[in-house]
Amino acid sequence: MQKTTLIGMAASGSDSLYTLRHRPASEKLLDTSFRNLVGFLALMVAIILIGIFIVVGSKASEAIGAFGLNFIVSPVWDPVRDTYGAFTAIYGTLLTSVLALVLAVPLGVGTAIFLTEDFISPRIRLVISNMVELLAAIPSVVLGLWAIFVLEPFARPILQLIHQLFGWIPFFSTNPSGPGVMYAVLILTIMLLPIITAISRDSLNQVPQDLRQAAYGVGATRWTAIFMVMIPAAISGIVGGIMLALGRAMGETMAVTLIIGNQTSFNISWFAPGNTIASLIANQFGEAGELQMSALMYAALVLMIITFLVNVLAQWIVRRLALKYE
Amino acid sequence: MTHASFTAKGDLLYKPQLLRNRGNRLLTGIAGAFALIAVIPLIAVILFVLVKGFSFLRPAMFFELPPVPGQDMGGGIGNAFVGTLIVTGLSCLFAIPVGVGGGIYLSEYGGGNPFSEFIRFGTNVLAGVPSIIAGVFIYGLIVSSRILFGSTFSAVAGGLALAVLMLPTIIKTTDEGLKLVPQELRWGALGVGASKFVTTIRVVVPSAIAPIATGVVLGIARSAGETAPLIFTAFFSPYWPDGLFEPMATMSVMIFNYAQMPYEAQVQLAWAASFVLVVMILAMNLLARWISSFAQR
Repeated sequence: MQKTTLIGMAASGSDSLYTLRHRPASEKLLDTSFRNLVGFLALMVAIILIGIFIVVGSKASEAIGAFGLNFIVSPVWDPVRDTYGAFTAIYGTLLTSVLALVLAVPLGVGTAIFLTEDFISPRIRLVISNMVELLAAIPSVVLGLWAIFVLEPFARPILQLIHQLFGWIPFFSTNPSGPGVMYAVLILTIMLLPIITAISRDSLNQVPQDLRQAAYGVGATRWTAIFMVMIPAAISGIVGGIMLALGRAMGETMAVTLIIGNQTSFNISWFAPGNTIASLIANQFGEAGELQMSALMYAALVLMIITFLVNVLAQWIVRRLALKYE
Repeated sequence: MTHASFTAKGDLLYKPQLLRNRGNRLLTGIAGAFALIAVIPLIAVILFVLVKGFSFLRPAMFFELPPVPGQDMGGGIGNAFVGTLIVTGLSCLFAIPVGVGGGIYLSEYGGGNPFSEFIRFGTNVLAGVPSIIAGVFIYGLIVSSRILFGSTFSAVAGGLALAVLMLPTIIKTTDEGLKLVPQELRWGALGVGASKFVTTIRVVVPSAIAPIATGVVLGIARSAGETAPLIFTAFFSPYWPDGLFEPMATMSVMIFNYAQMPYEAQVQLAWAASFVLVVMILAMNLLARWISSFAQR
């Protein structure tokens, strides 16, 4: 196409070099159709997102009609009498993700600080960083397999000790035997660590060195500088990473399903089997009856809305707290 | 005089017994301990999966079908291995054109208009959608409605579910990779008379090919290990794949099913499949790093 225009220009004489070249209709057509094509492909994102809400919502409509908002607060999940309430699963989802965050945030942010300060040689720091990122790549079903055969036998004596010492606290009132909520929390912690560590490390690395040097210059110690200058400057990224991890924890399915025990009745104890919305869906979808299927879709809709809110909140926090440096 | 009064107040030597210095050492120790605790499970996971998985792995496993549960030992993961390649390949087929095209729109045509900002927001939301929701969505859209030639569980449905998960990664990396292309390159191409289409396809995209390829490989690595979207789309089959509109075994679903079985043969196959899956995914992550090293020219 370019070649022919060049030949055309040469043939029509040197004057044409200074006249405006009119774009042929075919070129314009190609341009606009390509623009429309990629625009449509971009639109696919919106179509899929809205499609998810419509498909899941319409499949859930029967259960929404049958149970209404009572679905969220009722702990009864009874396929025999065809009565469904998702309170146990919603509580399990929130409990496991919050407990996992409580464990993973100090560990992850602490590791990130350790990796951005000059405590150890840059070479070892790079090795640790790379290894943490490799952990993020391990599929969750493999972590679930590992949790069943390695983590559970290893952690059980520790949980039993906690039960013997603090069994009077309702949360620890069950003697751990077999799968349970606490193992799910532990495996979620392991899954969240790389996310929180990597994002916190990147945001701490992006804080200008001038800020740290200025803090040292006015007499701050290393940890005063970290707590009063570095972390506040990187807080938007760190909080964003934590919210991202929260969203990931609430939607995590395979590892949790394999180790949580999939018990649909409510139990206050953290050492007893329980379930989450995601594990409820994964576990019951196969043999669900009609109304049960609709109830599972309703639960999926609830999960979708919770994670949607968390993600939107995360994006808002990141924009709101972001400090800009020249 | 000022110099004398300054030294009279105290020297500038480090005093380890000061409270703040003790506090500093304590906090440094805590941070170091946290880093250690964070690294231990990582080493434990990788070590167990690689050592235990490898000990159960036999080369013949890639050519054999899994055994009947509870009956005999041996057997292999051949159908699941092939199935993972097919389903992941299908998901690439769906996600790469849409993702790269959408990324081109956001970077080259969108500018800052409200539509492209909305799509960027939507991409972030889609990236946060739990993987099981993608499975439920495709189940409701395709599997239960039998829209694809009357088939229910199928490899195509599994590929579509994985594509939903890959899409945000590919769009984001394409968008960000294209944004890094110097504006002068576009002006230069447009200046010598190239149309916008030719500029984009022949100049802009080729110079951002390394970040785009990195994003694609990372997207594949993420989706190859996903299980939740597959358990009610591609489902499982103990036989060799016999068509794209039939249920198909994948390694991730095989691990999930066999991990819960009380039989030693199935558990061993689950470990062997984990080994193969983890090695594949780690190799793809290394490949992504290798490709992205070209981007830092």
